[in-house]
Amino acid sequence: MTSTPCLARAGLGEVTASDSSLRRFLHGLPGVDEVAAEARAAMLATRSIKADAKQFALELPIRMIDLTTLEGRDTTGKVATLCAKARQPEPSDPDVPPVAAVCVYPDLVSEARRCLEGSGVKVASVATGFPSGRTSLAVKVHDTMDAIDAGADEVDMVIDRAAFFVGRYRQIFDEIRAVKQACGQLHLKVILETGELATYDNVRRASWLAMLAGADFIKTSTGKVSPAATLPVTLVMLEAVRDFRDATGRQVGVKPAGGIRTAKDAIRYLVLVNETAGPDWLDPAWFRFGASSLLNDLLMQRQRMHTGRYAGPDYFTVD
Amino acid sequence: MRFDYAPAPQPTDFVDLDASYGLFVGGEFVDPVDGRRFKSVSPSSEQVLAEVAEAGAEDVDRAVATARQAYDAVWSKLPGLERGKYLFRIARIIAERARELAVLESLDNGKPIRESRDVDIPLVAAHFFYYAGWADKLPHAGLGTHPRSLGVAGQVIPWNFPLLMLAWKVAPALACGNTVVLKPAETTSLTALRFAEICQQAELPPGVVNIVTGAGETGRTLVTHPGVNKVAFTGSTEVGRSIAQSVAGTDKKVTLELGGKAANVIFDDAPIDQAVEGIVNGIFFNQGHVCCAGSRLLVQESVYEDVLAGLKRRMGTLRVGDPLDKNTDIGAINSPQQLEKIRLMSEVGEAEGARRWSPACPLPERGYWFPPTVFTGVSQAHRIAREEIFGPVLSVLTFRTPDEAIEKANNTPYGLSAGVWTEKGSRIFWMAQRLRAGVVWANTFNRLDPASPFGGYRESGYGREGGRHGLTAYLRTGQEAGQ
Repeated sequence: MTSTPCLARAGLGEVTASDSSLRRFLHGLPGVDEVAAEARAAMLATRSIKADAKQFALELPIRMIDLTTLEGRDTTGKVATLCAKARQPEPSDPDVPPVAAVCVYPDLVSEARRCLEGSGVKVASVATGFPSGRTSLAVKVHDTMDAIDAGADEVDMVIDRAAFFVGRYRQIFDEIRAVKQACGQLHLKVILETGELATYDNVRRASWLAMLAGADFIKTSTGKVSPAATLPVTLVMLEAVRDFRDATGRQVGVKPAGGIRTAKDAIRYLVLVNETAGPDWLDPAWFRFGASSLLNDLLMQRQRMHTGRYAGPDYFTVD
Repeated sequence: MRFDYAPAPQPTDFVDLDASYGLFVGGEFVDPVDGRRFKSVSPSSEQVLAEVAEAGAEDVDRAVATARQAYDAVWSKLPGLERGKYLFRIARIIAERARELAVLESLDNGKPIRESRDVDIPLVAAHFFYYAGWADKLPHAGLGTHPRSLGVAGQVIPWNFPLLMLAWKVAPALACGNTVVLKPAETTSLTALRFAEICQQAELPPGVVNIVTGAGETGRTLVTHPGVNKVAFTGSTEVGRSIAQSVAGTDKKVTLELGGKAANVIFDDAPIDQAVEGIVNGIFFNQGHVCCAGSRLLVQESVYEDVLAGLKRRMGTLRVGDPLDKNTDIGAINSPQQLEKIRLMSEVGEAEGARRWSPACPLPERGYWFPPTVFTGVSQAHRIAREEIFGPVLSVLTFRTPDEAIEKANNTPYGLSAGVWTEKGSRIFWMAQRLRAGVVWANTFNRLDPASPFGGYRESGYGREGGRHGLTAYLRTGQEAGQ
């Protein structure tokens, strides 16, 4: 009943049966040595990306961006301008591809849908009582259905961190399953809020828990908690999706979100993907950036590569 | 989608090299008496970088006499505080000229610029800073109230970490009030000669540091010279043994830092991903040209498959090639002689029945290269499990219990370093108490720090370098000092 075919094949069908079986499994995963994981991420950040490789590494992240606005003061007007930017990030250069998705609150999905019609840009909606997730399962599912009914292509849900800390893993598993069921074929991204999980061991366990429950993507952060995405956290999550595919055959995407502002940051994440999970993940279908200001820096660096000069920030649209 | 990194070469135009270098004696570069010179070749391009003087017996004589004079007249009389100032000045200049030194080290030695830039040169500066701080605090080092300097130190260093080994030797010697005659390895003299220029720049009194370049014969002449009070050697066990014989019966103080065949022990509760990094860092760091390299991997059988699969996958991402490319992980083998030795030992491994594996990795056509290599199915009886290869070649063995891990780890004539990977704190201490090795790393490997003593057991040598312990090698203490 709880087992999906790929988990059953991997012999993981039984681990999701209860809190205690989940605990045994998650706590049986190899630990993460904090010092060494951070050293590895820092070493990869020294990779020097030049010439053709740099061009590639400036263009790919544009197509990987979930252009995001998640503020209490978001209006249809704000969403409309963001969608215009998403469709055509650089009005003076039609070669610049659109971003992957626009990410908004559920009540703004219909506006985003309308603005993005025919563009190929997906509408992603946060749901399940974002950002804290402190609502009942019924409300979470309802929240998700609202977003889907309004036309969302992708749903970014949050896990119940309180349940995680008291070891109610099965509750988190059930909630993800229920939301995934509501999503059907739509992409479900599960936000772990790694800034609250605090340790890399917790990040690894939460990653596996979300993947076992059917997440299509695992995502670091809501952007409302500091620290948001970091390189070492993303390293641990990339190791998790790599190992999960080895074990089950199912590939899960990764989305660092929050705090990624510069093209240099984005390039470092791409290197991390390339040398951890591997080139299979170097695709907007498997790796996304949850970001807003990153886009303009990518555009600025890209233009510099083409022209040899920096244009001032006023030459790029602010949306 | 493929993400191929374009070449990211480190510019070299700010490193000026003379066509020819003399010996550094008495604060100046002087020609060798018989005018003999040899070529220093870049192992990655086989290009001649410069000609270097070969010091003969007369040159060594002159260097030792100059060092003695500087010791008697200046350095031994200088208060520790003043010696410390010179060392701090040298440390600062090294830090300021770090980029130049890193590039020169990679050119001359073949090691990746990432390592010379991020490991070697920062540690060189750190070593001088560390021992500069000790210079005026020697009475508080726990070595008696009036520890005294020894005199002239004859120091012979290897080619694997040329400038770092110089720092390990020169910094404590000078801090303790000795003067030195140092002989760098014949394939890697250039950063030592650049260091000579730094001594000039720091206005170090002439004769306090003397550098005689040359090969084995020059080194032999130096360590057997009757005017030398202290011999410090880092290099092969074979040469170390002959040095020990040659100084037997003299009152020379000796420290030897020799070979190793370190066990890197992976328990089944280890943080596997980080352990794989530690294995890679243990054996492929500096092309495996590391005396403390983790060249014997001991894996608990229950995680053997996982660890090996992870290791092979990780080895597939190692980038072998131009040492001056900022993305290179493994550089050039230092010399054709060393390359031949590594080839030979690898053939021995195959002939003995171990399984050899390397990732598909293109090697440059010019220069000396060896792919990262792992041998599985290795047993304790195999030569590749017993003898130091000093190259990017890993031997993998397995164990079942902690006792068996200890038994196998200690079953070697060497005892320089060891690594333990486990999430269980008590096991780390249990292992560290039983491993016969000068350094035991827990959940890390090849991590060096000037404050930490370093040295070996048995055929890995004796004496300690680094930390407070490193001072004892350069001081007469307690009764020796007449207290």
